[in-house]
Amino acid sequence: MGNITFIENDGTQHVVEIEDGKSLMEIAMANGVPGIDADCGGECACGTCHVIVEDKWISSTGSATDEELQMLDLTPERAPTSRLACQVNTSEQMDGLVVHLPEFQM
Amino acid sequence: MTQKCIIIGASHGAAQLSASLRQEGFEGELLVIGDEPHLPYQRPPLSKAFLSGDKVAEALYIRPAAFYEKNNVLFRQARVTALNRDLQTLTIRDYDGRVDELNYSKLALCTGARVRKIEIPGSDLSGIHYLRDMAGAEALKRSVVAGRNAVVVGGGYIGLETAASLRKLGMHVTVLEMAPRILQRVTAPEVSEFYHRVHSENGVSIHTGVSVAGFSGKDCVERVVCADGSEFPADLVVVGVGVLPNTELAEAAGLAVDNGIVVDQYCCTNDPNIFAVGDCTNQFNDYYGRRVRLESVPSATAQAKTAAASICGLRKSCTNFPWFWSDQYDLKLQIAGLSQGYDKVVVRGDRHTSRSFSAFYLKEGKLIAADCVNRPQEFMLSKKIISEKINIDPKILADDSIPAKDLLMSV
Repeated sequence: MGNITFIENDGTQHVVEIEDGKSLMEIAMANGVPGIDADCGGECACGTCHVIVEDKWISSTGSATDEELQMLDLTPERAPTSRLACQVNTSEQMDGLVVHLPEFQM
Repeated sequence: MTQKCIIIGASHGAAQLSASLRQEGFEGELLVIGDEPHLPYQRPPLSKAFLSGDKVAEALYIRPAAFYEKNNVLFRQARVTALNRDLQTLTIRDYDGRVDELNYSKLALCTGARVRKIEIPGSDLSGIHYLRDMAGAEALKRSVVAGRNAVVVGGGYIGLETAASLRKLGMHVTVLEMAPRILQRVTAPEVSEFYHRVHSENGVSIHTGVSVAGFSGKDCVERVVCADGSEFPADLVVVGVGVLPNTELAEAAGLAVDNGIVVDQYCCTNDPNIFAVGDCTNQFNDYYGRRVRLESVPSATAQAKTAAASICGLRKSCTNFPWFWSDQYDLKLQIAGLSQGYDKVVVRGDRHTSRSFSAFYLKEGKLIAADCVNRPQEFMLSKKIISEKINIDPKILADDSIPAKDLLMSV
């Protein structure tokens, strides 16, 4: 199984193992990555699992859906590769994926 | 001496509190006592995706067992029967009947709420379900038979979500609501009408102003009998008439209780070693300037973070903007704020024929709440307007020709 790296705003890195089929949010929760608390449990309803995908990985994670874009629209830290982690399903092909956490969740 | 923190209740509050305590650097013993045979799980899907889908219980666990093992969070299935604040002890009874006494240095009450049961003739018949926990949801799921009759008592969010799920599973569904309209306690008539229409369009039969007098049947429920004499055939009944906070333990121990366990902005009770989090609490809400008891996962999460900091000796005031959500059919309703006390409602979008609109609740010209149906952007916008007390003209809010993202620019 491969790894995914979450990088906090202060640079702290969390290297966690991919669990095929789980969402990025579920993997972050399972590994206690700070700053992802998933208030709504993965319903795309709260916007508290915002991550910014490193540019070169956006083709494997895919871009944000219209619903995610609407949720993220007012976020000052929003970037072109912003996603809600609950909407990104992981697979072994994402081995090496790096995502950044914003300073604040909404 | 090692600190020992005991958390009573093993749901959303406990899941976040135990994780946050370790993140804040709490190094003492950490024990969670719950009365269900499960690790903390997501409760909202019980009436939605879990009921209508094929997920197993474990798929709803907020965090996996490995997380708690790694963070040295212990769980014990038991009921707490007494709390002695002078001695800082708890009396618990395990499920095999064994009684034990435990010491704590810090205690967190995350006891949640329980369903309000109805006591009327026939209410002890089998086939009458309540939906609050995994066991209740699993029992309901097992008794679903497509093509048979389900009666939902109570037209609030839980009742309506359950009705939508049971329809999806192919049951004939009737909703009985005592008030003149569904969702009366929580939304404006405009929103009630909308949900009434959508449920009707999906084949749910809604009867309002109907008081359920009893249930009849041989062993299992067969009919719901109303006070006006009308009867509805039922192969199963789901009752969703609200919840009551679990405050008895706190009350018996002499903690302040007033529609919930009274806590300050640090989630501390009137005992400096005892904290409380979640649906069981009553706390002053900065945004609304009054004490509230919220039945909400995000509120429990926010309070848990505050309580974790407090237990670790840090002072982080709880800022807890109330918000809620409800999924029914293809509708995602996101609710920002508390609408109680509103004096005006403006609607943005077409609530009569479409499935996407927002209802904004104003009080003295200020936005205090919004019900947003399939409009996530307007929900996020409302959260911002309300929490930052931004002045906005209701006429502009109601103008659907102005894109949501431009609404703030027109302030």
